[in-house]
Amino acid sequence: MSDVNVDELSFEDAMRELESVVGQLERGDVALDDSIALYERGAALKARCEAKLKEAEEKVAKITLDGSGQPVGTAPLDE
Amino acid sequence: MDLFDEEPAKGNAPEFTVSELTGSVKKALEGAFGRVRVRGEVGRVVRAKSGHLYYDIKDERNVIACNTWKGQVTGLGVLPEEGLEVIVTGKLSTFGPQSKYNINVDSIEVAGAGALMAMLEKRKKALAAEGLFAPERKKELPYLPEIIGVVTSPSGAVIRDILHRLRDRFPRKVLVWPVAVQGANCAPEVARAIEGFNALTPGGALPRPDLLIVARGGGSIEDLWGFNEEVVARAAAASDIPLISAVGHETDTTLIDFVSDQRAPTPTAAAELAVPVRMELLAWADQQGARLTHALTSGVQRRGQRLADVARALPQPEALTSVPQQRFDLASGRLDHALQRAVAQKRLKLADAPLRPAMLTRVVAQERRRVVELSARSGPALERQAMRARDRLERIQVRAPDVTQAKTRLEHASQRLSSIARSKQAERAKRLEALDRLRETLGYRETLKRGYAVVRGDGDLVTTQAAAKSAKSLEIEFADGRLTVGGSKLPAKKRAGDGDQGSLF
Repeated sequence: MSDVNVDELSFEDAMRELESVVGQLERGDVALDDSIALYERGAALKARCEAKLKEAEEKVAKITLDGSGQPVGTAPLDE
Repeated sequence: MDLFDEEPAKGNAPEFTVSELTGSVKKALEGAFGRVRVRGEVGRVVRAKSGHLYYDIKDERNVIACNTWKGQVTGLGVLPEEGLEVIVTGKLSTFGPQSKYNINVDSIEVAGAGALMAMLEKRKKALAAEGLFAPERKKELPYLPEIIGVVTSPSGAVIRDILHRLRDRFPRKVLVWPVAVQGANCAPEVARAIEGFNALTPGGALPRPDLLIVARGGGSIEDLWGFNEEVVARAAAASDIPLISAVGHETDTTLIDFVSDQRAPTPTAAAELAVPVRMELLAWADQQGARLTHALTSGVQRRGQRLADVARALPQPEALTSVPQQRFDLASGRLDHALQRAVAQKRLKLADAPLRPAMLTRVVAQERRRVVELSARSGPALERQAMRARDRLERIQVRAPDVTQAKTRLEHASQRLSSIARSKQAERAKRLEALDRLRETLGYRETLKRGYAVVRGDGDLVTTQAAAKSAKSLEIEFADGRLTVGGSKLPAKKRAGDGDQGSLF
C-alpha cells in the first residue's frame, strides 16, 4: 500500500492502486487490522477515481497566433 | 520568315540591336509556347534570400532552368527537391541578361506516386538510420490526459470528428493549433505547432497539453505530402509530449506516422486512443467499490466464523484456571500473615541489637585516649630502645678480635704510665717541698717567729692606729697563737699601735 496522498494521485495511478487494493482484500491473506486500513485506502482511491471521472468537462479553444506564428491567446472554435 | 530563306542577301539584312533581338525572341517564344507542362527530374535547388526559388529540371540529355517567385511558392503544391520526378507547369520565357530561357513555374506535381514513394523511402531510410523510429523512443500515452492539443485545420471534418468522439468518450479540454494541412505551408506550420505546444508551460495561461494529436483527413499523396516532410518528422520526434499521428485514411502512411508515439488510422481513431470511455470507468469504479466492500465484509464474516469454530473447541475458561486459582488463594491467604511475622521478627532482632550511637562515641573516645597515650610513650621508648641498641653495638665493637692484643698493649702502656707517674710524682714531691719551704719563708707566719704580730679588729686586719681605735676588740696573732685584747678603745688603740705600728718602730 502506498503512502502517497490519494489526492495527489493521477487517475491512472489511483485506478491501478485501487485494483491492487481490491485484489489484496479479495485474496483474504491480509490481517484484519490491515484489511480495514486497506479498505479505507480503497474507498479513498475509489472516491479519487470518481472525482476525476466527474471532472469531464469539454472545453475547446483555438490558439490564436500573431503575425510571426507565435501563440498569443485563444479564441472559440467555430465548428 | 523570308529573311532566313534568302541566305546571301547579307547586305540587305536588317540590323538588330541585342535588346531588339532579345525582345523578339522572348515574344516569339512566349507566343509560340505560352503555358507548358514539362516532366523532368529536379536538379539543383537554390532558395535565394529574396525568397525566390531557382532550380533545374532535366532529363538524360537536357536541362531547363526554372524559377518560382516568392509569391508563387505557397501555391506550388510540392516544393522542388533534388532528385524528385516532377511535372512543372508554368510559362516559358527568356532571361535576356544571360541569353537564357526558362520556365516560370507556378505549380509542381510529383510525377506519379512511384516517384514520390521512392523519395519517401529515401527519407525514411535516412531517419531510420538516425534512430528516430526506434521503439524505445516511443512514449506511453497518458491514460487520461487533462488537456489534448490538436494540430489540424480549425475548420473541416477532422476536428469535428475528433471533438465528437472525445465528447462521446470522455469530454476533455482541447486546444486546437490551426495549421494548413496541405500545400507548401503545411510542413512548416505543422512543425511549428508541435514545437509551440511543447514550449507552453503546464498550467499557464495557455496550458501545455499532456497529449498531442496531429491530424488530417484523407487526400491524394500530394495532398498529404506535407506530413512526409523531414521538418515535420523531426518536430514530432523531438516532442516531449506524447503524440498521436492521424493523417489520411488507414491506407495512407506518412513519415510522421513512423516517428509518432502512436499512429491512428483516422482522426476518430486518434480520439479513441486519446481517452478512455468515461461511462465504462464509472461502472468500473462502482464495481471496484462493490468488490472492495464485499471483500472486507466477507473477510470479517470468514474470521467471525472461524472465531466461532475455534471458540467451540476451546475448553471452559474456569477449568483452565481452577487449579492455579486454588494455589493462588492458598498462597495469598498465607501471604499477609507471613509478611507480618517476618516484620515482627526483624523488629525484634533490631531491638536486640546492642548497637547504640552513645556506645560508639564512648568506644571512639577510649580509643582516642589510648592513641594519645601510646603516642606519648612511643618517643621515649624509641630513645630507650635506641640507647640499648647503641650500647650493644659498643659492646660488640669492644669485643673485636684484637681485644687481647689491645689489652697487653694497654697493660704495657699502663705500666709505663705508672712508672713514669711514680718518677714524676717523686720529683714533684721534692719540688713541692722546696716550694713549700719557700712559701714558708715567704709567708707572714715565719715573720711572726721573728717577733712580728698580726692585729685584727673585729675580724678584719688592722693596719692603722685609727682602725685599732675604732675596733671593739682586737685580736693579736703571734707565732704560737692568738690573743684577744679587751673591749675599750684605749687598750685596743694601744694594742693596735703595738700590733702594727709598734712593729714598724
